[in-house]
Amino acid sequence: MIARLLGGDGQFRVGDDVVEALNELDAQGAQAVEAGDEENLHRVLGLMAKTVRERGEPLADDDLSPSDLIIPPDDLSLEEAKELFSGDGLIPDLPVG
Amino acid sequence: MPGLMSRASTIVKAKFSKLLDRAEDPTETLDYSYEQQLQSLQNVKRGVADVVTAKKRLEMQTQQLEQSVVKLETQARQALGAGREDLARQALERKSAVQQQLQGLDQQVQQLEAQQEKLVSSEKQLQAKIEAFRSQKEVIKAQYSAAEAQVRIGEAATGIGEQMADTGLAIQRAKDKTEQMQARASAIDELTTSGALEDFTSDQTQLDRELAQLSSQSQVDDELTKMKAELGAGGEKKELEQ
Repeated sequence: MIARLLGGDGQFRVGDDVVEALNELDAQGAQAVEAGDEENLHRVLGLMAKTVRERGEPLADDDLSPSDLIIPPDDLSLEEAKELFSGDGLIPDLPVG
Repeated sequence: MPGLMSRASTIVKAKFSKLLDRAEDPTETLDYSYEQQLQSLQNVKRGVADVVTAKKRLEMQTQQLEQSVVKLETQARQALGAGREDLARQALERKSAVQQQLQGLDQQVQQLEAQQEKLVSSEKQLQAKIEAFRSQKEVIKAQYSAAEAQVRIGEAATGIGEQMADTGLAIQRAKDKTEQMQARASAIDELTTSGALEDFTSDQTQLDRELAQLSSQSQVDDELTKMKAELGAGGEKKELEQ
């Protein structure tokens, strides 16, 4: 599968074991947001990014493959995380001409 | 509650689904999409330049605040030298308040630095993907039937759209951070001249004035002492001559 680390790290090809680890961490991340625990959120997102960087294979910059997994930036604030779950969803609109 | 990853995916995909909706005539869509990508890249370049400029301004502001810390320290020393402990205390209190605020700002400048590096790398990725799209679109036009082309365009455009959303987010975050810090730097700036520390508000100039007075007074005192010494020495000489 292909995982993207949002915020500049780009895309990585990851194996099933990594996907499994990411899913576990992801559940912890959602709990941290729900509990309003920013420190834990950063820890979890940091671990997710580290897992992908260390155990994944980076994709070339000119690869056009879409990602299967998209991981928020590891310094995401609690406020931003909440924004991600609300209507507009944190990410700015793309300029559509 | 859904996970962060699935939510991020949903949002990212929703943001560029509009781009894919336009795929009616594959050939036309390819060229149109490429034009749009180039336009978006220009926006990204402008966005990155804005962040860099704002960061430079912020660094300058931080330097000015650091200078005011040095100035307050000098003033405290002068005041103490002149036996005005009250003034020295005021200057040192203000210095410590500014220093505390500056410390937080320094950390934020470092964070912004890291964000900026990633922003530049994100821009590079987008540029590389757009170039790849340009060559792929010619291949697609030449080699594939309309139906196959549709599928391939969908994939390529998804890859590009995802990158655009990623880069767009990076710019947005760096801009927000810069604005927050700008506001904070201005607040500290006010702290040194007026504002929060009400006691100091009116006497920022007062403090300066009193210190200036002190230093001119001590200069006068010095000169007087010197003159007295000279006169004294001259007087003694006279007495000796007599």
